[in-house]
Amino acid sequence: MSLLQVTNLTKKFGKFTALDGVNLEVNSGEIFGFIGPNGAGKSTTIRVLLGILKATEGEVKIFGKDAWNDAVEIHKRVAYVPGDVNLWPNLTGGEVIDLFVKLRGGNNKSKREELIKKFDLDPTKKCRTYSKGNRQKVALIAAFSSDADLYILDEPTSGLDPLMEKIFQECVIEVKKEGKSVLLSSHILSEVEKLCDRVGIIREGRIIESGSLTELRHLTRTQMLVQTKEPVNLKELKGIHEIEETEQGLSFQVDTEELDNAIKHISQFGVLKLESSPPTLEDLFMRHYEGTEKAHDTGVGGGK
Amino acid sequence: MAKNLIAKTGHLTRFILRLDSIKIPLWLVGLTFFTLIVPPAFVGLFDSQQERDAMAETMANPAMTAMVGPGDLGNYTIGAMTAHQMLLMTAVVAGLMGILLVCRHTRADEEDGRVEMVRSLPVGRLAYLNATIITLVFASIALAAINAFGLYALGIESMDFEGSLLYGIALGATTLFFGGVAAVFAQLSDSSRGTTGYSIAILLVAYLFRAITDVSYEALSWISPLAWVTKAEVYSTNNWWPILLMIGASIVLFIIANYLNSIRDLESGFLPAKPGKRYASAFLQSPTGLALRLQRTGIISWAIGMYVLGASYGSVFGDLESFFEGNEMLGQMLNGDDDVSLVEQFIPMLMIVISLLATIPPIMAINKLRGEEKKGRLDHLLGRAVSRTHLMGSYLAISVVNGFVMLSLAAIGLWSAGAAVMEEGLQFGMIYGAAMAYYPAMLVMIGIVVFMIGFIPKATSFIWLYVLYSFFVLYLGGLFQFSEWIGKISPFGHVPQAPIEEFTWGPLIVLSALAIVLMIVGFIGFNKRDIESS
Ligand SMILES: Nc1ncnc2c1ncn2[C@@H]1O[C@H](COP(=O)(O)OP(=O)(O)O)[C@@H](O)[C@H]1O
Ligand SMILES: [Mg+2]
Repeated sequence: MSLLQVTNLTKKFGKFTALDGVNLEVNSGEIFGFIGPNGAGKSTTIRVLLGILKATEGEVKIFGKDAWNDAVEIHKRVAYVPGDVNLWPNLTGGEVIDLFVKLRGGNNKSKREELIKKFDLDPTKKCRTYSKGNRQKVALIAAFSSDADLYILDEPTSGLDPLMEKIFQECVIEVKKEGKSVLLSSHILSEVEKLCDRVGIIREGRIIESGSLTELRHLTRTQMLVQTKEPVNLKELKGIHEIEETEQGLSFQVDTEELDNAIKHISQFGVLKLESSPPTLEDLFMRHYEGTEKAHDTGVGGGK
Repeated sequence: MAKNLIAKTGHLTRFILRLDSIKIPLWLVGLTFFTLIVPPAFVGLFDSQQERDAMAETMANPAMTAMVGPGDLGNYTIGAMTAHQMLLMTAVVAGLMGILLVCRHTRADEEDGRVEMVRSLPVGRLAYLNATIITLVFASIALAAINAFGLYALGIESMDFEGSLLYGIALGATTLFFGGVAAVFAQLSDSSRGTTGYSIAILLVAYLFRAITDVSYEALSWISPLAWVTKAEVYSTNNWWPILLMIGASIVLFIIANYLNSIRDLESGFLPAKPGKRYASAFLQSPTGLALRLQRTGIISWAIGMYVLGASYGSVFGDLESFFEGNEMLGQMLNGDDDVSLVEQFIPMLMIVISLLATIPPIMAINKLRGEEKKGRLDHLLGRAVSRTHLMGSYLAISVVNGFVMLSLAAIGLWSAGAAVMEEGLQFGMIYGAAMAYYPAMLVMIGIVVFMIGFIPKATSFIWLYVLYSFFVLYLGGLFQFSEWIGKISPFGHVPQAPIEEFTWGPLIVLSALAIVLMIVGFIGFNKRDIESS
């Protein structure tokens, strides 16, 4: 069942088109990864979802309600961590957490204490003394101590150290176990890969790819490294890229749909060693990145 | 070593000047404009020495001395008149400019982490502070020069070059001095709000202390730096010493600021910071509670300030009374109407000053909403179960109540002190009513801000120009007769000036209705637009 549905969302700031026909869907109980380079439009999309920005065109529904008109009703069931966490310099972290939890409605004191301990935050310090990571912790603690149905997290780990990142991931996994949904925006691909069921990739205000990780991997290449008795000629084969002679052997990438043919071909030359690594989101991302760059060169596509 | 501390100060100075390339010129133009339009107006109004002497006679009373300081009433030339009626008030605004300029580039930049970025570059530890000070010096010199040459260029006989130069330099020195005060507080306090707050408090205390001592015991008023401005006796004896004293004191302040800056850590202060609370009080856990909590210190300080302001004006009523008793001719001249006592004739003028000053805190209170938006903190509230109407309503409620309290406190202060010193006492209802008559006008100002936040949020701070306009037009309008419409452009110009004028409800009802319409429209706009954080 779809919990959040964005249809053909366009957002313009004056003449500048920040979002151009974005479509997104987050289903109940899933973790959706929202990835894209800086300035792609992740935060803008999220701020439209929260009714902080008004959509220029398109429809945004959360829990079947309109994100702009029914914002308050929706927010009673949403926990949000903004991309830039700016807090009030003369309130303490503890005060801010209480305020945030209270404003959403609902209260979970024991969870709050547990999270403060886990994230190792001193709640008696004034926010002005907090680093970026600490401010993010305040927002995360407030978000995870509320009983929400949907968690919207905008690059929540960009200021956290690896240890805290791990704790964050535990929190996400825990809410997923409780059947809650998460929209996680990030430009850290490994994190998304670890946590998310489905991803959407945004670039220059357009969703350029979306689907489950398995689905998307069909679009990508596998990295191979082979050593054979006789030299292999790969030139004639379709779907082979980045061929390179290294000391360990021949390194290249294969389009996923050509993998079968490639293996059959190579096996004729007496395989001594064969290593393959799965396509990472990084590759996927970079490929799209390159793709758009090329499109730009020829004057086709582009978000602006 | 010392050189390392201030390395790249020049670069940073240019950088700060560029950041302020609009703000500083706007201040300079505004200040100069009001300095330069007055003398020609005086020439038109008080053509002969006889007319000027008559004016001097009306000015020769403790209430005026409390307000604008002593003047050369024995030889009341156009120059002496300008210096007497304009210089001190303009100097206060010039001081404010210095405070805001310095605060902006010291504690505020530090609080927002910009100083940290700059410090990580190969620049000296004291460079940023000194770049700010140099910018302040430039701004002061510019202010002094433009006003000095501008006044001299008016070509009015009694305004010679030396006097004009002293006038300009007195303004520049005040900017410098209060900028220096802010530079010191930027080290002492650990927040930008504290820095601005303490510095403005010093400015107000300096003004009030001067007002009280000028009336009661003039020698004591030397303690207040603002008194030095009037003691320069511009366009009469042209006494340079007080102004040189002011410049000297500014340099001492700069040195203190540098010393304090060099011995403290970045982002720390010397004034004690309270240990923080682990939990939010029940009070804090609503948008209104939060908004109030954020402004608490400011509101309390303003409330005290307004009461003290009212009381200081009220405290001169006793002197005023005995002064009129001893001067029958003046008494007759002023007393056209037997129902209104002499003291009461001064009340409308005081009320304009009081009501406009009392308008500042409620405007700050509603502007805070925009400030929070710019800092990106509204997202936290709107991202939770708080509607925009609720959010804006909280800030508006605080602003409206705030204005009411400020006006009431000033009126109570005026009445209580006045009643204590006057023989015949003072009617509370009359004073309170005269003050409250300005409340609808104040609501219109608040309404304009609400409207601007709804539709043209980027322009919100222009309200201050309107406040300044109202102040000058109505304050000066009382001294010489501007065309009526100039005053009517301000909502404050429509308020019946009780007890001189007859009290009528009509304008007050119209003003209130206008305020309500502006507010409603503002709410609609705020509910329809994007939240913009910078
Ligand atoms: N209020 C605004 N006015 C104008 N442009 C904006 C505004 N907010 C965002 N943008 C622009 O929209 C684009 C998308 O920004 P953003 O959503 O913050 O990207 P991301 O979060 O993916 O890094 C950027 O080019 C940014 O400059
Ligand atoms: Mg972002």
